[in-house]
Amino acid sequence: MPQQREAAVLGMWVFLLTEVLFFGGLFIVYTLYRTWYYEAWALASKSIEIVPGLVNTVVLIGSSLTMALSVRAAQTNKRKATVNWLLATIVLGSVFLGIKVYEYSLKFEHHHVPGASFDFYHHADLLGETHEEPASGMTMGRAEINRTTQLFFSLYFVMTGLHALHMIVGVVILFIIAWMAHKGRFDSEYHAPVEMTGLYWHFVDIVWIFLFPLLYLVERH
Amino acid sequence: METPVYPAHNYLSNGHGLKSWLLTKDHKRIAVLYLISISIFFLLGGLFAVGIRLELTTPDGDLFQPDTYNKFFTLHGVIMVFFFLIPSVPAVIGNFLIPPMIGAKDLAFPRINLLSWYLYVVGGLFTLFAIVAGGVDTGWTFYTPYSSASSSTNVTATALGVFIAGFSSILTGLNFIVTIHRMRAPGLHWFKLPLFIWAHYATSLIQVLGTPVVAITIVMIFVERAFGFGIFDPQRGGDPVLMQHLFWFYSHPAVYIMILPALGVISEIVSTFSRKRIFGYSFVAFSSLAIAVFGFIVWAHHMFVAGITTYAAMVFSFLSFSVAIPSAVKVFNWAATMHRGSLSFETPMLYVYGFFGLFLIGGLTGLFLATLGTDIHLHDTYFVVAHFHYIMVGGAIMGYLGGLHFWWPKMFGRMYSEFWSRISAILVFVGFNLTFFPQFVLGYMGMPRRYHMYPDEFQVLNVLSSAGASVLGIGYILPVLYFAYSLKKGEVAGNNPWGASGLEWRTQSPPLTENFVEVPTDIPEAYEYTPQVIREAKLV
Repeated sequence: MPQQREAAVLGMWVFLLTEVLFFGGLFIVYTLYRTWYYEAWALASKSIEIVPGLVNTVVLIGSSLTMALSVRAAQTNKRKATVNWLLATIVLGSVFLGIKVYEYSLKFEHHHVPGASFDFYHHADLLGETHEEPASGMTMGRAEINRTTQLFFSLYFVMTGLHALHMIVGVVILFIIAWMAHKGRFDSEYHAPVEMTGLYWHFVDIVWIFLFPLLYLVERH
Repeated sequence: METPVYPAHNYLSNGHGLKSWLLTKDHKRIAVLYLISISIFFLLGGLFAVGIRLELTTPDGDLFQPDTYNKFFTLHGVIMVFFFLIPSVPAVIGNFLIPPMIGAKDLAFPRINLLSWYLYVVGGLFTLFAIVAGGVDTGWTFYTPYSSASSSTNVTATALGVFIAGFSSILTGLNFIVTIHRMRAPGLHWFKLPLFIWAHYATSLIQVLGTPVVAITIVMIFVERAFGFGIFDPQRGGDPVLMQHLFWFYSHPAVYIMILPALGVISEIVSTFSRKRIFGYSFVAFSSLAIAVFGFIVWAHHMFVAGITTYAAMVFSFLSFSVAIPSAVKVFNWAATMHRGSLSFETPMLYVYGFFGLFLIGGLTGLFLATLGTDIHLHDTYFVVAHFHYIMVGGAIMGYLGGLHFWWPKMFGRMYSEFWSRISAILVFVGFNLTFFPQFVLGYMGMPRRYHMYPDEFQVLNVLSSAGASVLGIGYILPVLYFAYSLKKGEVAGNNPWGASGLEWRTQSPPLTENFVEVPTDIPEAYEYTPQVIREAKLV
């Protein structure tokens, strides 16, 4: 049994290593284009509503806490607490996803989804706002701004989309683990599945901790 | 000398019927499943190669349309790289032998092992679907814009197939890493491990660290195609060269996924048929890790003419040369092992001799291509094609076939025909050189790769190459026949037909499902060929 648990935990860490490199590829692309098109990055980032992202960050950190508490409860043989903390994690994870859906719908409304109908200033025009100039004083035409901010939003959707996909997988796993915990499958001797779900969940949280400043906080200081 | 008896209880007799195979968690049965499936893909990839060589026997494009030819070399590459070479040694030989070599019952995660076979099959089916639906013509590298804006072929299905097969590869690597760390028999510390295990450990690191990067690259190509995002499209601010960087960050190390396990096989065979401990054990062991590490920092040598800066090109050129060091360490150590050894010439060893010649030529021509100036002349010519076939076919497949011949008696408990297997080993060596050596000359003379037509003066060398390919083909088909024959009619092998050291030879052939009746405890040094051991082994 200890050998199995050690093997399982090592396996999970190796898996998370592959996940780091999986997201790492995206971060490389992000870094390159951010250096090339910094003005567009700053403009596009400022156009994102910051409050939902901020709330989501808090929600996700909270879910990491409830996840850690459920692992602790499993280790100390508290079945009911394990299940409840897992359910709390599911609720917080779902709140995050719900807010994400709301944010995506805003992007559709504002014509900030890459594709034929992309128009960076569509929303601002509707509100009759004056266009904010690119930060460094470099003047870009509307076409150039549309072209480069579109690249930002492409990466925004791929990065947050893949993150959300990992969250959805995580919530499904949490349901299974919560069901197993409810059936009394775990005790202080055997609880590796709860621990490993925890590792995965914390990893997904950490990805968001990087995504939030990279996407929402470019030049917002 | 007693005649060995075929053991009544073994992993093959433990359970019958399709279900006992498709739901098995036994690493040996999964290895057999892999053996069958990768052989099918090898045949398929080979058929595309036949098409290519047929077209190239004449200077005119008289057999295929140019688009069809594009599809043939693309599918040849995709199938051979992702569905044959990458899984070949690890998923078949490694899967079967890592547990018995380290005195374990199975891999650390038997169910994940089965899952990785299913992922491989699903990935393969996607690719087969792409073939049936009309093929794909991007080249195996999926460069944008071939794979994005300008292609209307089945890129999505093929890329998805490669993506899924990638996860199969990641899971195999993950399983091996954890197994080698956690499942070794008591007393079997790292420096008593066979070098085959070290090589697989290094390979697994590459699989785990490199494959996710190509996976995310494929995801980005997919969203570019499916949703019209412009991540690699220069018209929309993207950079196609970035895609090449990401692709080669995996695909250069992937060359070492193919060759490193084969190098591990060579170490085992050389030592066994020289009756000597490997010379410089720890150097050979660490050279595997060094190759894995160097492999990650040389990728841009595929892109010298793609518009990277001169400084970057110089650094990558220098680093590429450094890969030659650990590779040469291995070759010199094998030579030193054979020096004054008591050599013999059984079939596995014939493959090793062949491997030496081909790996040497393949490795040295790699230095030509790592040199900036020479590469500009040779880039995208048949010289490159010949070079990587010497490494990936000459190196990796010779290692794979050598290993298959070496461990076949262990896997199935019976001997194949020594006569026919020697013939086939010689045919493979001769056929291979006849196929690919002329391509060095063609490339040097300036024949570009990936064209279905060429000027008349190149015809003689191309016909030689096609003739060699037919010899090579016979060399590859023969083993299928005598291996199949040996399964029923072969002489019973016994535990240790080669008199080899190593834990896997202590158990019966074919092994029990649990590999060992008792976990081995008296662990010898690796490659312990003292005179006494040799005498005893010969009596078995």
